[in-house]
Parts: sequence; structure tokens; C-alpha cells
Amino acid sequence: MTVMRYREAIRAAMMEEMERDSRVFLVGEEVGHYQGAYKVSEGMLERFGEKRVLDAPITESGFTGISIGAAMVGLRPIVEYMTWNFSAVAFDQILNNAAKLRQMSGGQLTVPIVFRAPNASAKQVGSQHSHAMEHFYAHIPGLKVLAPATPADAKGLLKTAIRDDNPVLFMESETLYNIKGEVSDDPDLLVPMGKANIVRPGKDVSIIAWSRMVHVALEAATELAKEGVEAEVIDVRSLRPLDETTLVESVTRTHRAVVAHEGWPYGGVGAEIADRLQRLAFDELDAPILRATTLDVPMPYNAKLEQHVIPGVARVLENVRAVLYRS
Amino acid sequence: MAKILDMPKLSPTMEEGQISAWHKKVGDAVAVDDLLAEVETDKATMEYRAFDKGTLLQILAPAGAVVKLGDPVAILGAAGEDVSALAAKAGAAPAVAEAKPAGEAKPAAPAAEAKPAAAAPAAAEAKPAAEEAKEPAAPPAPVVEAAAAEPAPVEAGRVKASPYVRKLAHERGLALRGVKGSGPNGRIIARDLESLTATAAAAPAAKSPAAPAAAPAPGELAAPEARPLSMMRKAIARRLTESKQNVPHFYLTIDVDADPLHALREQINADLAAGAEDGKALKISFNDLIVKASAIALRRVPECNAQFTPEAILVHKRVDISVAVAVAEGLVTPVVRDADTKSVIAIAHEVKELAGRARARKLRADEMANGTFSISNLGMYGIDAFAAVINPPEGAILAVGQVRREPVVKGDAVVPGRRLTMTLSCDHRVVDGAVGASFLKALRGLIERPMQILVG
Repeated sequence: MTVMRYREAIRAAMMEEMERDSRVFLVGEEVGHYQGAYKVSEGMLERFGEKRVLDAPITESGFTGISIGAAMVGLRPIVEYMTWNFSAVAFDQILNNAAKLRQMSGGQLTVPIVFRAPNASAKQVGSQHSHAMEHFYAHIPGLKVLAPATPADAKGLLKTAIRDDNPVLFMESETLYNIKGEVSDDPDLLVPMGKANIVRPGKDVSIIAWSRMVHVALEAATELAKEGVEAEVIDVRSLRPLDETTLVESVTRTHRAVVAHEGWPYGGVGAEIADRLQRLAFDELDAPILRATTLDVPMPYNAKLEQHVIPGVARVLENVRAVLYRS
Repeated sequence: MAKILDMPKLSPTMEEGQISAWHKKVGDAVAVDDLLAEVETDKATMEYRAFDKGTLLQILAPAGAVVKLGDPVAILGAAGEDVSALAAKAGAAPAVAEAKPAGEAKPAAPAAEAKPAAAAPAAAEAKPAAEEAKEPAAPPAPVVEAAAAEPAPVEAGRVKASPYVRKLAHERGLALRGVKGSGPNGRIIARDLESLTATAAAAPAAKSPAAPAAAPAPGELAAPEARPLSMMRKAIARRLTESKQNVPHFYLTIDVDADPLHALREQINADLAAGAEDGKALKISFNDLIVKASAIALRRVPECNAQFTPEAILVHKRVDISVAVAVAEGLVTPVVRDADTKSVIAIAHEVKELAGRARARKLRADEMANGTFSISNLGMYGIDAFAAVINPPEGAILAVGQVRREPVVKGDAVVPGRRLTMTLSCDHRVVDGAVGASFLKALRGLIERPMQILVG
């Protein structure tokens, strides 16, 4: 076990997999000579050289398409976007090529590719650069979407993603890059996809979250414990495939659920989870499932307004109290 | 702007109240402090007086309805104001499920079922209207919202329950109809089932008026007459069960020479009669003398004037004697405050006045609260001796029998005499046998040499 930062855990995963499999390479803007826009790929150019750590021009559509082609013919690319916001430019490639080719080729082609980047709100980067893009991509059959909250999961899940034969979208967070945690040194330790993690057990209400919101949920749970409410916090980790079993089991114990996520409420992953729970655990619910999400507006630039729009501890608490009929 | 009037807290311990009678009709003007209704609480029939002026626009809880604390009973506002939205918010027909006239339930059902449909759009429209109406000088606005936020009462129509509650009800074989939901729109939520075990026991009793109506099968025993529990009966049942189950009672009995007390009483009453101008002389009773004697004895043995708490024994510095008074539906215990400092005449006046109002059910809750010792006298019913149940949180109660004429030994002779038996029930957590005995010894001394009662 080594204590490392989230960004270091991602780097470790990439480097271990690149050591293990020569078909794996990294491409993206500023990943090489600049050492990564967020220093995730620091040192990787020196280690693996320009053939395997490629600086791309500012053409997301282009290098995404080229990478999908590379994957189709046998390489295993890792595509880094500066942030997930910019993947919008490459959306057609992801939606229509990465997600579709295996099906359209009748299984003759596979697209073993990882797209990774920081996701959702950062700090005052405005409405165009604060998107929680997991909701768009989790909508699409043919894609897998992961959103780890801890360094250990970041490493273990990224390794699993790189070894997967299908396109995997990996949601990091600018606000998580600096957090530290214990990470396994075992190069073969994988965290499976489609498996949620109960990070704090409780019996009164399930708070379901991923990525940065896991930490917000844990803070809310500490607050609730002072009121005598034992909240269970679940880190979903894998948005698609979704571990509905763990979610249903939790709600069967607690009878109340709040989904806490960044991104707008309309039709998001939180809505998907609410659907699964009402369908699969209908008889266990004592209250409607509520969601603590980003407000349904474009992100304001103003720092105070931004903090109001992003879901924080207060919004999680408000929703938890509502499902407990305490508000 | 119209507002909802809810069931106020008219006694310190009430959880619900039954509207005995409305003193205003729909359409009547109401001034501040006007008598709106009489409410039977667990303690007494209380007056519900208006806090605001206006016109009584709608009565939501008719006479006979049992309404939980804080649930709506009526709507007050300006004459002619539209209250449909407010009525819908209030849940339209509170407590109907528990209202007395059971016969009305059936015909009322279709109407009640029609209500939610009609009420829903009204409620939806009500919001903007209410906001428009929010004048700067409209303090009632928050009140209305608060009232609307209150759990709506059980409706006659569909039972609203969370899926989990339905599952639990199915598993436990519980009927959800009639269960009061504390969730939004009266939704029954899991929490409401926790208290159901307790209320389930009461429910059959409450519903029993309907039960005998079902004709007994031929040859079966005749069904008993089921008398609905009055609020007072519920309170007696609850408090005395609690007392007998939780308070370790023990009993000490003395039999005293009552000749001197009898002689003194005769003398006092003769003097009072002689002094009265209009022939309506006050007569003091044995009980008045015993109240005063007990008060003096309690001052001498303050350990009997005490109550138990888990933290400490509270020894009272006041001697406030609760006097049990039988009334039509049960009994109440008005309190004679500072009985140790009052004259026998003052006590006699006070007990007479309190008992009169007790029988008329006009005692205020505070007049029945915070006694430190109780006296129950069944002498007037020809009872020689009995043991009473302690009136919590007091530490003891004195049960007084009748003054009996019987042969007694005086010196070496058997002569006609008078005896009086009294039994002290003690909470053993507070009063030990020796302490109870010293109180009774003091009491015996006072009663057998009763001049001390007058000067004590």
C-alpha cells in the first residue's frame, strides 16, 4: 500500500498498464511535453517516448476518431481530454463510432478504448466548462461509464477500463486530483466495474453518490449522525453498468433514498437510479426517492451563485430530512 | 384573509379534544374572546375562545368530532370570502372517521370520494391566489401555511400509505384504514405504524358503538352495551393504570376515635347556623376538617408531602391537597392550594366551590394540576374503609371512610362511640412504612384532639 494522490493513482494505473501491454498508448492535448494540463501524465513522455505518449492538436474530433480507428485495428488507446466539456466536440465519434461499431460490424470489430478527463464543476470556469457529462454518456448503450471517488478506486477501475475490450469513459474530477488515499501496489489488483461500494453503513436512509459527491455525502452523514440519523453512503463508482443489487439491498434496509450527484436533475443518472429503485424495491420505500443535484440552470460564473447551484452538504441534508419526513 | 382555526392545547396533557358543542354557527360574527366552542379534553370541558375577530366561514369539525391537537376545526375570515381552497388544504373533512354518528358514514362515502378530485385543482390554484392576497398587513398568512403543512386528517376515501407501509401492514395483518398518517397529505409512513401497536388496543373500543349493531347470532349471549370512552375515562384509564403498574403501593390503616371530631363539627355548624342571617349557613364537613388536619400533619411530616423522580425525591414546600370529586363521567381532583395555611372555613368554601364547578365540568386544567397529596373520601357513600390508587406524581393518598357509630371501650366500659378508618396509600419509592406511620400518628393526634386543627 502506498499513500498517493488521485492524479498519481491514475498515472500509476496508466503506467502499469503501458508496461504490461505495449498496445496501450496515451493521446491528448498537452499530455506529453507539457506533462499534462493537470499533471496527471507527468513523467510519462520521458518513460515511454513520443510513440506512446502523443501530444495532439486542439482537434478533439480528430484525435478521438483516429484513436477509435487505432482501437479497431488492435491498439488500446487512452484518450485524455483536457476536460470532459471538450468531448462535446468529439461527441459524434463517441456516440456513432465508439459506441456502435461492435454492434454494426456484427462483432467483427471491437473498440477497446478509454476516454478519460476531469468532469463536472471545478471552480469558476463558467457555464461551458462545468458540465457533468456522465449523464449524456451513460445514456448510450455500448459505452461504459466510471466515476471513482478515491485514489484506490481511480487506479483499480482505470486498470479494469484499459483491459476492457469496449469503450469506457472515465470521469475524474479537478477537485479530487489532490486528495490522498491508500492505493495498492499490486499491478494486478483490479476494481471490477458494475460494483458499488458501501462507504459508510447506516440503517435510516441511503445516500447514493459518486465522484466528488461521495465526499459531500459522507460529510452530510457525519452531520446527520449528530441528529441521531444513521445514513448509509453508497459510492456507485460504476454508472454503467450499474450495480442495482447493492442499491436495492441498501434501500431494503433503510427504506429511504437520496441520490446526490453533480449535473442537472432532468433525465440524469439519478433519475435512472430512482427508476430502478422504485421498480425493484417498490415495496420497501417509505418515501419518494429524492435527488440532490446541480440546479437546473447553466452554471453561473459568480462564485457565490456557483456555490449555490452546485449541490453541497446543505442540499443533501435537506433532501435526506425530506425523505425522513423531518422537514 | 381567511385562516384555519385548529385544536388548541386546552390542558397540559391533552393530545386530542372532542368538540362538545359549537356556540357559533357558520356565518356568525366572531369578536376576540368570543366563545366559539366547548371542547372536552382529558381533564374537563374547556372553553375555546376566539383569538381573532372575523366571521365563522366553515366548521370543519362538527360537534362530536374528536380532533388531534393542531388539526383544523374551523375557518375564520371575512364574510363572503371564498374558503374552498383553504378547506381543501385543511383536508376538507377532518376527523370524520372518528366522529360519533356512525350511521352517517355510509351515505357520506360517495361525497367524500368525489372530494379529492375536486379538491386537487382547487389546491393547485390556491397558491397564486393566496400569494396575491398576501397584503403587507396580513400576519395570518404564515398561520395558514403552517396549518396547511400539518398532516391532513384521515379521509374517508382512499388510504394513502407508502409502499413499505403497505408491505408491513400485509405482513402483520394490520388494517390501515383509520390509521392517522403523518406524511404529506396524510400519507401513512412507517413511523406511524410504530405507534399503531399502542392505538390498536384502543381502536376496537372506539369503534365498538358500531359493533353491537351487527345482530348477534340467535342463541348467543346478548351483546353488552358499548359506551364510548369519554376523554375523561381515557385519562383515568391511562393515568391510574400507569400508577398501579409503575408505583409500588403499600397501605397503612388507622382507626381513630371520631367522637371529638364529631362534637367539634356539630358545634361549629351550630354556631355557623346561628350566625347566618339568611338561613343559608355554610356547613363544614368531616372532609374539610380532615383536609386541614392532613395539611397540618404533612407540615409536621414533610416526607409524606413528596414525589419521586429518577434523579431525586422532591420534598414540596407547599401543601396543595388534591380532593377527589366524583362527577357524572368519573372523577376529578381539584386542588386546594396551601391548605396548611387556610382556615377550615376557607377550605370548606373552596372545596364546595371547586366541587360545584367540577360537577359542571368547568374547572380549568391548572386547577387540577400540581397537587402534592390527595384525599379521597367515600364516607358519604357508606364506605367504612378502602385503599386508593396514588395520583401520580404525588407520593401518597389518604382514603377516608365514614364515621361509624359503634360500641367502643372507654375506660373499663363499653359505650356508644364514633370511629373513623383511614388508609394511607404510599409510594414506597418515596414514603417508607415508618414515615407513613408517623404521618398517620400525627393525623390521629390531630383528629382525636381536634382543637389543634382549628389553631394549626
